[in-house]
Amino acid sequence: MIRSEILKEIAPILRDQLVVCNIGLPSQELHMIDDQPTNFYMLGTMGLSSSIGLGLALAQDKTVISIDGDGSVLTNLGTLPTIANNVADNYVLLIIDNGSYGSTGDQPTYAGKKTKLEKVAEACGCENVVVCQDVDTGKVLQAAIDSKKMTVIVVKCDSGNIKLPVITMDPVVIRDRFMKSVQA
Amino acid sequence: MNIDKKITDDLVANNVSFVTTVPCKQLAGVIEEIDAREEIFHIPSNKEDEGMGLCAGAFMGGKRPAIIMQNTAIGVTINTLATLIQYYRMPLPMLISYRGELREPVACQVEMAVHTKALLAQMNVPTYHFHHQSDVEELDAILKYTFMCNKPVAILTDANFWGGYGDQ
Repeated sequence: MIRSEILKEIAPILRDQLVVCNIGLPSQELHMIDDQPTNFYMLGTMGLSSSIGLGLALAQDKTVISIDGDGSVLTNLGTLPTIANNVADNYVLLIIDNGSYGSTGDQPTYAGKKTKLEKVAEACGCENVVVCQDVDTGKVLQAAIDSKKMTVIVVKCDSGNIKLPVITMDPVVIRDRFMKSVQA
Repeated sequence: MNIDKKITDDLVANNVSFVTTVPCKQLAGVIEEIDAREEIFHIPSNKEDEGMGLCAGAFMGGKRPAIIMQNTAIGVTINTLATLIQYYRMPLPMLISYRGELREPVACQVEMAVHTKALLAQMNVPTYHFHHQSDVEELDAILKYTFMCNKPVAILTDANFWGGYGDQ
C-alpha cells in the first residue's frame, strides 16, 4: 500500500480525533479524502508535525494524532527525545515510513536504508513503539488510541504518490476552525 | 530587583503557562525560576524550531506559550517564523539572550549579533531591546501586546541587562 491508500483506510478512525498532518502530499491527501475541522494541515515548516502535536497534547486532554513521515522525522530528529521525556498519554505519533521523500519526488531517505526509526525512538526513551505493516495500520492505530498510552507507530509501506491539488484554504481559517474543534 | 523572578512573575501574570527553552548562560537563572514555578509547564527543546512547533501546538490547545532562546537561533528559526507562527497568525513572545553585544567575551557570538536586528526587521517581527535593568519594566506591556496582535515578538536581552558575565 502507498500512503494515500493507508490514509483512506484510517480516515474513519482519524475523523473523531485531533489530527496534525504533515506538510505536502500527506496533508493534501487527507484534505481530499476526508476534510475535517479537526484536521490541522501543515502548509509549510517541514519536520514539525510531531512537535506541534506534542504541544497540543500536553496543553489539553483530547487525543492527538500527529501524522508524520520518515523524512520529516529525520529532519527534526530531536523531537523523539522531547516526546520520550514529556509523556502525554493522549498523544500518538504515526510515522508513515515509505523510505522516501514523497512530496519532492520519492528520493530515498536514510530510513529506507540502514536507519531504523523504531530503534531510534526506543533509544530516545519512547516506551510504546509499535512497528506494523501498511495493512494493519487501522488496527494498530485504534489499539494505540484505546490504550491511552503515548505511542509511536512506525508504518512500513510502499513509496508512491497520487496526483492531487494543493490546499488553497487560508492558513488562518485552518487554524481557527481547528482551535474551535479543540475547544468544542 | 531580581530580574529572573520579575520576568517569571510577568509571564505568570499574563497567563503564559507553556514555556520552552534552549539554554544560555545568561538565561540560566530565569530558566531555573520558570522550572520551579507550578503555574508554568516547562519543556526544554533540542532546537528552537522544534520549540516553536511545541509552542504552536500549545497555543492551539488553549495555552499561552513563550520561547526562551539565544539570538543565534534567529538563524535557525526564520522558516518556522514565516511559515508557521506568522502564516497561521499565532502569538509568540521570544525572550532572547542577545549574545555578541557589549561586554561579550566570545568573538564568534558577534557574528550573529550583527545580523540579529536586521533579520528580525526583515521578518517584520516587533523587537524590543533590554539594555538596562530598568527596561524589564516594559515586559508586561510587551506580553500584552504580543497576545493582542497574535504575532511573534522579540525581546533582546543583552549582557549589560543581565549584569555582564562577571570577572573575565
